[in-house]
Amino acid sequence: MKRTTYLLLALIVLLAAIPLTGCSDDGYQGEVNVYNWGEYISPGDDGLPDVIAMFEDQYHIKVNYTNFETNEELYNILTNSSAAYDVIIPSDYMIERLRNEGMLEELDFENIPNYKNIMESFRTGPYDPEGKYTVPYSWGVVALAYNTDMVEEGTVTGFSSLWDEDYAGSILMFNNSRDATAIAMQMCDPPIDPGASDFTLEDIDRATEKLIEQKKLLKKYVMDQVFTEMEGNQAAIAPYYAGDIYTMMENNDALSYCLPEEGSNLFVDAMCIPTCCQNKENAELFINFMCDPEIAAANAEYITYASPNAAAAELLDEDFRESELIYPPQEYLDRCYTFSNIDNEVYTYMQEQFVKACSSSAEVTDTAQAKTANPAATAGVCVILGVVIIATIIVIVLDIRRAIRNRGRIHKLP
Amino acid sequence: MKSKAVSLPYLGWMLVFTIVPLLMVVYFAFTDVSGRFTLENFISAADYSEVFLYSLWIALISTFICLLLAYPLAFRISRMSERAQSIVIMLIMVPMWMNFLLRIYSWVLILQNYGPLDMMLNFVGIDVTLIGNSGAVIVGMVYEFLPFMILPLHTVMSKIDDSLIEAAQDLGCSSSAVFRKVVFPLSIPGIISGITMVFVPTASTFLVAQYLGGTQFMIGDVIERVFQSDHNTGSAIAVVLMVVILGFLVFMNRFGDKEGVA
Repeated sequence: MKRTTYLLLALIVLLAAIPLTGCSDDGYQGEVNVYNWGEYISPGDDGLPDVIAMFEDQYHIKVNYTNFETNEELYNILTNSSAAYDVIIPSDYMIERLRNEGMLEELDFENIPNYKNIMESFRTGPYDPEGKYTVPYSWGVVALAYNTDMVEEGTVTGFSSLWDEDYAGSILMFNNSRDATAIAMQMCDPPIDPGASDFTLEDIDRATEKLIEQKKLLKKYVMDQVFTEMEGNQAAIAPYYAGDIYTMMENNDALSYCLPEEGSNLFVDAMCIPTCCQNKENAELFINFMCDPEIAAANAEYITYASPNAAAAELLDEDFRESELIYPPQEYLDRCYTFSNIDNEVYTYMQEQFVKACSSSAEVTDTAQAKTANPAATAGVCVILGVVIIATIIVIVLDIRRAIRNRGRIHKLP
Repeated sequence: MKSKAVSLPYLGWMLVFTIVPLLMVVYFAFTDVSGRFTLENFISAADYSEVFLYSLWIALISTFICLLLAYPLAFRISRMSERAQSIVIMLIMVPMWMNFLLRIYSWVLILQNYGPLDMMLNFVGIDVTLIGNSGAVIVGMVYEFLPFMILPLHTVMSKIDDSLIEAAQDLGCSSSAVFRKVVFPLSIPGIISGITMVFVPTASTFLVAQYLGGTQFMIGDVIERVFQSDHNTGSAIAVVLMVVILGFLVFMNRFGDKEGVA
C-alpha cells in the first residue's frame, strides 16, 4: 500500500516536470523557421522585450527558432539535411560561400521597408558587393581584454602582447582555428593579410609556427570559458569579440580593453534567406521586424554587439553607444579586415594545423620539431598497440584451444 | 524460441546504433576521401601519439587512485548494517544526479587562483598553481568516476559472507591473511568491472581536461577537432583508441575469469 502511494507520488512529480505542450492557442496563420547563433536575440528578461513573442503576437506567425554554434555547422545542416530554414544569420565569409554556391535567395526589399534604417556603410560588403542578399544584423571587431591588476593600464597596445613573455601563463587564446590563425598571421614577419582569399599552405605553416611558439606562454585555449577566466581574475589578457569584452568589463571593474594597433578582424553577421526557404514572405516580414529600431536596439543591448541599424543607435544606452569598443572610430575600422571565403582545401589545412599546434607538447621549443610527430611517442603507441594485439590474439587462441580440448567433456572438478 | 523473439528489438537497436556506426568508423579509417583503401590516415594519426600516450597515462593514474580510494571504503560499507549501507550508497549516488558539467565547474571554483584552496595554501605560505595542470585533471577524473569504482566493488563485497571471514579467523588466519586469502580473491570480479568502468571513460573523456587542464589536449578533444575537418584521420585515431581499450578489456576479462574461478 505504502509502496503504491510512493510510486504514485513519484509519477506525479515526473508528470509535473513535463511541460504542458499541445495546449497552446493554435491561432497562427503561418510559420517562419529561423536559424541563428545561440544567445543572439533578446529573450525577454532584464527588462528587454521578448522579440520572438512580440513578432508572434503582432503577425500571428509561429517562429520556429533554432540555434547553431559555428558557421560550419550551419553550412553542413543546409547542405546535408533536408531541413528548411527561412531566415539564417551567418557571418561574412560564410555568406560569401553560400552566395558563391547559389544557396541564397535575392531579397525583395519592397517587403523590407525598415531596410532604410541600416547604415549605408553596412549595406554592402565583400560578402555581398551589390547588397542584394543580406540585411546586416550585428557587427563588431576582435579586441583585447586585459586585467589592470596584473597588467599596467596602457601597456597593452596590440596582439603582440599575446606573445609577451612577461605574461607567461596568464595569456588566453582563441580555441578556434579561424580567429587564432588570423591573429598569428598578423604577427608573422612580414605579416600576412588575414582578410585575403588566396592563402597558400606556406602562409598557414608560418602562422602555425607562431602559434606553436605562443603555446608555452598560454594558460589555455578558450571560447566561452573566457568569461569565467577574465571575470574571475584568472588570466591577464585575452583576445575576444568586442561585445563580449564589454559584458566582461561590466562584470569586473579591473578589466580594460585595447583595440589592437595592428588592425583587427571586423565581422558582420547578416540575415539572409536560403534557397531552401518555404515561407519567403514571412521570412521578409521577420527580417523587416528585426530592423525595427526598437527591436534592433533591444537585440543590440542584449547581445552587446554593435547594431548596423542607424535608427536603433539613437535608442541605445549612452555608455554603450559612446563606447569605442563597441563602435570603434571609422579610421580604426579602415585598418580592419573582413574574412573572405577561402578555398576549402586551405581551410581544412588550417583547421588541421591548428589542432596540431594545440596538441604539440608544451615543452617543445623547436617549432620545426613540434610540427612533426615525436618519433619516441609514435614508437610508444606502436609498441602498446602491438602488445595489445598480440596479447588479444594469444588469449583468443588459448580460449579456442581450450574449447576444442574440452569439447563434449564435462568440467572436471578441481 | 520465445526468448529469442524478445531479444530482437535489442538486436536491432545494437545493429543500427552500435555495429553499423562502428563499421563506418573502421571503413573511414582505412579509406581516403574518394573511398579507396589507404593506410595514410594512420600515418597522419601518428602526429597525435604524444597526446594519446598522455591520455592513457592520465587514465591509468586516475583508475589506480580510484581503486586505492574506493577499495577500503567499499569494504567498510559492505560490513555495515543493511540500513546504513543503503544510506551511504545513496550519499555516493546523490552527487551523480547533478549535471557532470556543474560538478566539474565547482572544482574549477575550488582550485582556481584566489579560490578557497589556493587562499588557504597561500595563508600557510605555500604558493602553487592548483589548476591548469595534469594534477588538476586527475583530481577531476577521480572525483567524477569514483562512484563507478565504489558501486561494483560494493556489490561484490556485500555478497562476501561474514561467516567466511570468521571461519578464516577461527582457523588461525592473521587479518592480513584473511584479506589475502578470502576478501581479495572474492572481490576480484568487482575490481575488474570497477577498473573497466573507470578506465574506459577516463581514457576518452575530454571535458574534465578542458575545464581543469591547461593547454594540453586530451585524445578525445583531438578526435573531436580532427573530425571537424577530416573524417578519415579522426576515424583512424578513434580506431587505434578503440583497439587499445578493447584489448585492455579482453585482457581484464581473461584475468578476471581465471582468478575468480580459482
